[in-house]
Amino acid sequence: MTGNDHHAATRTTDEPIVAARGLRKVYPGPTKGDPVIAVDDVSFELYPNECLAIVGESGSGKTTVARMLVGLETLTEGEIEVRGESRARGARRLADRRRWASEVQYVFQDPYSSLNARQRVGDIVATSVGLHAGASATRRDVRTRALDILDRVGLDDRFAEKHPHQLSGGQRQRVAIARALAADPAVIVLDEAVAALDVSIQAQILNLLADIRASREVSYLFISHDLAVVNQISERMIVMEQGRVVDQGRTAELLADPVHPYTRALRAAVPRPGWKPVRRERLAS
Amino acid sequence: MTDHLLRLDDVRATLRLRDGEQTLLNGVSLEIGAGEALGLVGESGSGKSLTTRAITRMLDPAFRVSGEILFDGASVPRMNAQALRRYRQRDVGMIFQDPRAHVNPVHRVGDFLTEALVRDRGVDRRTAERRAVALLDEVGVRNPEHRLRQYPHELSGGLLQRVMIASVLLAEPKLILADEPTTALDVTAQSDVMAILDEQRRARGLALLFITHDLELAAACCDRLAVMYAGEIVEQGAHVYDAPTHPYTIELLGARPSIDHRVERLPVLRYDRAAHELLKTEAS
Repeated sequence: MTGNDHHAATRTTDEPIVAARGLRKVYPGPTKGDPVIAVDDVSFELYPNECLAIVGESGSGKTTVARMLVGLETLTEGEIEVRGESRARGARRLADRRRWASEVQYVFQDPYSSLNARQRVGDIVATSVGLHAGASATRRDVRTRALDILDRVGLDDRFAEKHPHQLSGGQRQRVAIARALAADPAVIVLDEAVAALDVSIQAQILNLLADIRASREVSYLFISHDLAVVNQISERMIVMEQGRVVDQGRTAELLADPVHPYTRALRAAVPRPGWKPVRRERLAS
Repeated sequence: MTDHLLRLDDVRATLRLRDGEQTLLNGVSLEIGAGEALGLVGESGSGKSLTTRAITRMLDPAFRVSGEILFDGASVPRMNAQALRRYRQRDVGMIFQDPRAHVNPVHRVGDFLTEALVRDRGVDRRTAERRAVALLDEVGVRNPEHRLRQYPHELSGGLLQRVMIASVLLAEPKLILADEPTTALDVTAQSDVMAILDEQRRARGLALLFITHDLELAAACCDRLAVMYAGEIVEQGAHVYDAPTHPYTIELLGARPSIDHRVERLPVLRYDRAAHELLKTEAS
């Protein structure tokens, strides 16, 4: 059995890579018999080579959904499949875990805490390459490939010897993206991956993400609260409110003419020319 | 002698390092009139937060600071300890990005709100609480009496930021320094918090220095904008958002994705330190 089988021959564009059905996550609440329902009956499909955005406010459950996909959260109920293989019960064997990781990679919001501060940038990427390269790869192959990937995200050879603290936020996020690419994944989950970056850096990273998609087949699950960014990067979006999917469709259409009141409210709150902040009704929470 | 509430004149802050010096504020000059809102916009490292620290004289002692800062005609750098304390307590109110980092987590919201009034202003506890309740109500906090007895961890970020606004308003300052007050919030909470800040500030005739990285948000909430780059204000005025003239401002506005249309590639800023220095040499 080969761990790195890409199943490329069996894939058609109509078959989703990721299929989530009826996802539900319940946490024990502050008091007994008062559970917190973080995710409630969420279903979606992610197709090859597309970018699907999950948008919503903090607490809407969007990050929990993403974490369920990579096994960082267990499912209370529901089914999540990657290429037809169920992931709902979690990985039992190390080989499965490794293969799953090579299919779905995760880029976190904060590049200051998601990289190992004691590892050099080249080693961070090489570790990920080595994990997924298979037994036949020599150390030299791994190193060459790591440098090549760093180059693809716009970091030249000099960066390989640096530690994360010597890099800016944008450069660190490039390293995090390089580490994800090193696994040669079919899906990259980008969890508010540009939210912490300056506007000028954000533009560079969004362009980089577009370039990556132009050069290889990859799907993004793009978690964000920023509708302008979502408009720039995604083809489809789903809107979450309090754990539930309340709206979904093609991003351009949904943003051009939002029908659902929650989507309208989110869109209306985005600063743009001629915009004024509006006070909501009094908040209870 | 001046009708400006706050005036910064050629403020410089230089950090002494083992190998040489680094100038992080390089001649910042700005003015804010009473009741006026100025948006100070820049990316990280541009010196906008350092500017607010300079205004409150809270820069690290490792900085060598020069230039004049006048508040209501009084020189902030020359204030004695007593005057400085009064200036920080009464004249200037501060709202920060992360409200959770600025409240004591083991004190109840009510104690946080009333502490300064009771301790420094000699207001009795019951009156202070009554004022706190009235203000929480004004900033849109439902059931304020109950909130006073809660701890900060029981409140959401948006709600806690409103408590911060209420605490600043309780001190009745003349100037509010708001340093990225909505950056940690969702767009909807951001819109809400800015609307409340704007409304309360106007109603009381308070001046506002609004620090943000978001040009669009600043334009919506301020009378004038000042754009910072590398410790300098490169452009300021009421025109900045609608008709920017400085290349950095123009590029910064262009780099932000739009919610109305999608572009093939986002324009990337070409403006850098070299271009900045070159432009300055050409100008002089």
